[in-house]
Amino acid sequence: MLKRYRADCHIHTCLSPCGDSGMVPEAIIRKGKEKGIDIMGISDHNATENISEVQKAGRRECITVIGGMEITSKEEVHVLSLFDDEAALKDIQKLVYDNLPGINEQKLYGYQCCVDESGYITTINQHLLIGATTLSVETIVNSVHDLNGIAIAAHVDREAFSVIGQLGFIPATLQFDALEISPECNYRDFIRESSAKQTGITRYRIVSFSDAHTPGEIGKRCTIFLCEQPTVKSIKEALKEEERVTLCDDTYV
Amino acid sequence: MKLSAIIREMGFEVVAGKDYPDRTITHGYVSDLLSDVIANARVNDLWITLQGHPNIVAVASMKELGGIILANNRKPEVQTIQKAEEEGIPILLSALSAFEVVGRLWDLGISGSTKNAEKI
Repeated sequence: MLKRYRADCHIHTCLSPCGDSGMVPEAIIRKGKEKGIDIMGISDHNATENISEVQKAGRRECITVIGGMEITSKEEVHVLSLFDDEAALKDIQKLVYDNLPGINEQKLYGYQCCVDESGYITTINQHLLIGATTLSVETIVNSVHDLNGIAIAAHVDREAFSVIGQLGFIPATLQFDALEISPECNYRDFIRESSAKQTGITRYRIVSFSDAHTPGEIGKRCTIFLCEQPTVKSIKEALKEEERVTLCDDTYV
Repeated sequence: MKLSAIIREMGFEVVAGKDYPDRTITHGYVSDLLSDVIANARVNDLWITLQGHPNIVAVASMKELGGIILANNRKPEVQTIQKAEEEGIPILLSALSAFEVVGRLWDLGISGSTKNAEKI
């Protein structure tokens, strides 16, 4: 049976250099609860270390936490990836770290804190998470699919770090599962303007998440999926049918 | 200036479009945002970029650019070279940074193509 799941699947924690220090597991889940979110996706830049702690906090509040990562391609395109499987997250993390040069300069780019549920810092991530991998956007999307994940082109309405901004249009060979528009983007305006520019968006389903870097932004925009289960596998199924995917601003709660 | 002469003067490595007829180049454009190139580059521009994705060929072809220079030792993907050969778009490689490439091209008489450059 299909159920209605309110999902915000693009949330950063304090592990992302640009993530607010208040983005710790319990605070993220508390905000999710307040906003009536059923599925939260944790997607830090090129890193996955904080996911399991958010999942622990989520289990107590009956919020499903999906693990993911916002991966930066060598073209500087952001790809939002989501996985059901812990082993898959490990594999994608290894691929990213093997191809992510540089050491973080925390005073310049921000702190990258691995934390426990309550927000106590356990380790500091030293990778240059703000940087780009040496992987092409095609390699990233294919690798995500090989690990049974979904690959969503992040914030395609923005110029910076979006597939359309960086590459002008979406190559026909790219098999994104969906395109994400940012919370401030109006769906109808985007479709009209982007179709006129022939950016190739009409081939894809559109979703929208908060891309929250601070607690206040969580749930600012959600996507409601009609799914059997709150899983990546079920979301992938839902994305095949237009009527199972609806965008939703938090003003309509 | 003829493209062949520019290649000779600058020492570019030609990885695609070797056998296409020579063309005259007068202007250039620099950007790594392909959306910006679509919006602002002009016909016959020599385009300097770091991007090696196959989309650069589509953009160059659509905008009828004179050629693409990959700066800073960047290498195009295999499909990019194949597409460039099909489309007849020259791809040239340089070990110099984009700034160096542009500076030296300017010395050869290749200037910018922005509409408002004279007014600023």
